[in-house]
Amino acid sequence: MRLLTHNMLASNIKGVTSGYPLRIEAHQSAAKEADFNADFLRNVFPKIDWPALVSAAKTLGYGDLPEEAEPSMLESDEFLRRFHHALLEVHVEEGALVCPETGRRFPVNKGIPNMLLHEDEV
Amino acid sequence: MWYLCVFYHRLLDYRRSEVEALAELFGACKQVEQDEDGGKISTCSLQWKLPENHHADSPFHFVFLPSEETARKIANRSILIKGIYELWGHATTYEELEKAVIEYPEERKVPYLTSESSFRIIVDSFGKVISFQEQTERIKGLSYIPFKGRVDLRNPEHKFWLMETDDYGSNNGLPPVVQKTIFFGREVGAADRKLLPTYQLKSRNYLGPTAMDAEMAFLMANQGLAQPGKLIFDPFVGTGSILVAAAHFGAMTMGADIDIRVVRDGKGPDCNVWSNFKQYGLQLPVSLLRADNNLPPWRPGLKEIFDAIICDPPYGVRAGGRKSGGRKLLKGVVGPYTVPDEKRFDHIPSTAPYSLAECMHDLLDLAAKMLVLGGRLVFFYPVVREEGSTDAQYPEHPCFTLVASCEQILSFRYSRHLLTMVKTGSYTDEIAELARKKHVEFKENHLKWLEDGNLHSAVFTPADSLCGQS
Repeated sequence: MRLLTHNMLASNIKGVTSGYPLRIEAHQSAAKEADFNADFLRNVFPKIDWPALVSAAKTLGYGDLPEEAEPSMLESDEFLRRFHHALLEVHVEEGALVCPETGRRFPVNKGIPNMLLHEDEV
Repeated sequence: MWYLCVFYHRLLDYRRSEVEALAELFGACKQVEQDEDGGKISTCSLQWKLPENHHADSPFHFVFLPSEETARKIANRSILIKGIYELWGHATTYEELEKAVIEYPEERKVPYLTSESSFRIIVDSFGKVISFQEQTERIKGLSYIPFKGRVDLRNPEHKFWLMETDDYGSNNGLPPVVQKTIFFGREVGAADRKLLPTYQLKSRNYLGPTAMDAEMAFLMANQGLAQPGKLIFDPFVGTGSILVAAAHFGAMTMGADIDIRVVRDGKGPDCNVWSNFKQYGLQLPVSLLRADNNLPPWRPGLKEIFDAIICDPPYGVRAGGRKSGGRKLLKGVVGPYTVPDEKRFDHIPSTAPYSLAECMHDLLDLAAKMLVLGGRLVFFYPVVREEGSTDAQYPEHPCFTLVASCEQILSFRYSRHLLTMVKTGSYTDEIAELARKKHVEFKENHLKWLEDGNLHSAVFTPADSLCGQS
């Protein structure tokens, strides 16, 4: 699971009002090289919840993102590289995403988050 | 300028739509005007015309495109175009053809006839095989064209095509040809069909029972305008066959499925969704996750992130859809069930059947929220074929404009339509409410129709039992 995915997901348990951002519990993480595409990064930047990305990246040991970001930074190659790395190259292989409100753990196995709810959560 | 567009004689209903989608992709269409509701209308310089006496199902069409460059790009990216040609002449007899070609402006012809260039003439016929000897004679008959270049059969700079239609009416289901037509033109571009054997399913490592065949997957990716820098989502990803096609065109991909065995495990470390991308050297999906399309796990406020959603929803014909929640629970037969804490870790939640109407509502709602403005929703929709009526009722949504519907007949009584919708309106609270109402309307009609005999029974009950009723 890349941090782009983490940035998009929330706990959708019935009745939960603040199911985002999910806390990352990483038992095994990895950095894997991904193709760099500046157009994609510029397209996706406005949709990203920046504080959640910064904090998720920190959880996984990557602290090179600025605390705040604005569109003008997309001109900088250096910034794009860092954004690219945090968004697409840092992976959680094994672990869980934890609902901040209920503590419910959504397992991540083999890099796949399992967001399916139990019967009593729908 | 008008070009001759010759199609492969297959998936007839998909051919023009593919060209129109690619015209949009390569900028032959511009979104400029606003309609009364403030939505954008796409105006397109593309136009169609049929040669005289030709039926719409004919492989020969005339298409107006803004430039040769656009025409070449469209043809090269397409799956169903045999070739787009600059037409130098067409006629009903060879004598008339000679006159037409001679009259075609010199300045359009000369650049392609110079002594420095290489060329080849290909003789082709629709509906009839022309013997090698006849081909040679036809080529000799073109001696009125002053070719000065060198003949190169392997790798010519310019390819000229002499094509004719013959009386094919008896063999292939098309209306009889009233009069023979002969076309002569210079090839501008043609589909790269070689990618189909490369991606054919029988060489794919990991397959499921409903994997999308390569040709259709590429057509879907074209309808979805897949290209580098775009993010494409498939909420029913299965073994990833649709996303493989999108990734081939350079798009970033993302897939979800309710079946964890399919998305996570596959059949082992080298036989799973990821390996299907590795096999072709494609960029791996940005994300695969297990999620229920009925209860999507997207964070509140997340919207307009996907450039296209392309999928084959599980509408219960080959594989039934499932959603969260036990069947008995949703019907109220059993009371709410609480999973004991000690069993939570390995608990397998029960799922209930997911009806077509509900699935459509969720898909349209998801797409309305998550697609960028101008983004595309491309999906299959099943239709029971009724005698005489061809206009199927498609699900609608105020955010979407239907731009293409292509029928693929699967059996005597059942077909599927590939629908392409463009998001033309933003998703607002009002729209969400309107969509809900529309959906209820659709669901009622759908339920009525279900009472008459649902899709499943229409497909699987013996034909005579239906005949007896009608």
